[in-house]
Amino acid sequence: MSETVEKVEVKKSEPLFTKKNKKLITNPLDIDNPITVQVLGICSALAVTTQLKPAFIMAVSLTIVTACSNVAISAMRNSIPSRIRIIVQLAVVSLWVTLVNELLKAYVYDVSKQLSVFVGLIITNCIVMGRLEAYAMSNKPGPSFLDGLGNGLGYGLILMTIAFFREFLGSGALFGFKVFDLIGLHYQGNGLMLLPAGACIILGIIIWIQRSMNGYRETH
Amino acid sequence: MENLINIGVRSIFIDNMIFAYFLGMCSFLAISKKVSTAFGLGVAVVFVLGITIPINWLIQNYVLNAGALAWVSADFASIDLNFLQFIVFISVIAAVVQLTEMAVEKFSPALYGTLGIFLPLIAVNCSILGGALFMVGRPYNLTEATVYGFGSGIGWLLAIVALAGVREKMKYSNVPGPLKGLGITFILVGLMSFGFLSFLGFSL
Repeated sequence: MSETVEKVEVKKSEPLFTKKNKKLITNPLDIDNPITVQVLGICSALAVTTQLKPAFIMAVSLTIVTACSNVAISAMRNSIPSRIRIIVQLAVVSLWVTLVNELLKAYVYDVSKQLSVFVGLIITNCIVMGRLEAYAMSNKPGPSFLDGLGNGLGYGLILMTIAFFREFLGSGALFGFKVFDLIGLHYQGNGLMLLPAGACIILGIIIWIQRSMNGYRETH
Repeated sequence: MENLINIGVRSIFIDNMIFAYFLGMCSFLAISKKVSTAFGLGVAVVFVLGITIPINWLIQNYVLNAGALAWVSADFASIDLNFLQFIVFISVIAAVVQLTEMAVEKFSPALYGTLGIFLPLIAVNCSILGGALFMVGRPYNLTEATVYGFGSGIGWLLAIVALAGVREKMKYSNVPGPLKGLGITFILVGLMSFGFLSFLGFSL
């Protein structure tokens, strides 16, 4: 039994979905979530979540950027001098962000206007930098891709949850679709949810609920 | 002059980097446990924003904008380099941070002792790149851009010191287990953000 396991590890073409690799995707969704546990990428999580549509586009963009830059940096990891690695990483990330930004401008111009500077700010999004430093610099491209994907999805999950509550309570709509009008009710939008303060409080409560469920505690 | 004061007050209070735009939240949450370190990081942010925003203004207006290269030669008048904006801005920021770190280390070892560890962090602080991108979207001239840079930095400094002060006191309160740490900090930031909302009523 142990021999076969070793053989698999020696082989170069490790199957992509081993148990270990599956963890790379599922862990960031809950116990190792980039936003609520690692406290990374908060700025955009709060700023773009007034509506579901921009939040969704933002989550997709960030997932693409994280996964692609993870692969690129992981492929180059042995030839990057450690003293200038931050600049190299920033250059690679800004390349991907420029590509994503041009694509958004071309295909979803209205959302791209709504997201304004926050697409550009993916460059300094700590999730991207954090994954590059913590994972891609010391792992092979395949797992790095999955790690980037998993963290992007974990970020997207929280982003969509916040955006759901903010859009639903703030303007009684989902994806711009007035839910309350459909069943013939009038909903007076709660302006607080659309303000920055509302986002902070919702995120605080999400963290509270998530941590009471998975038992994660911070020690001071 | 009056105009400059307006921009300063606006960028410190009304368009506060943290409470109005949530920029630089990662380091804002991570380094706000003690007032002294929070102050050190805040000063470093003021410094870097104050330097990089004018530099990026010059680059945007003399290199990147459509037709901005006309001062080199009339042949370049039709070039638009705006698509290079992100990569140029972030390189300028990373370079300035690196230079600042070396200069501070050489000329003021005492200041380096307090700021040193924070300076490399600032290259990836969203408020620096965010400030530069907001600056591009507004019709500022060079002086106004400089005032805007320093003002945004001071606003950030104010926010992080205020939060650190509250968090120092929070240590003595009995917060429910799962809410401890990050959870309660977010709720605090939300409440502080309410306070800053009152500045929205100011018309300058």
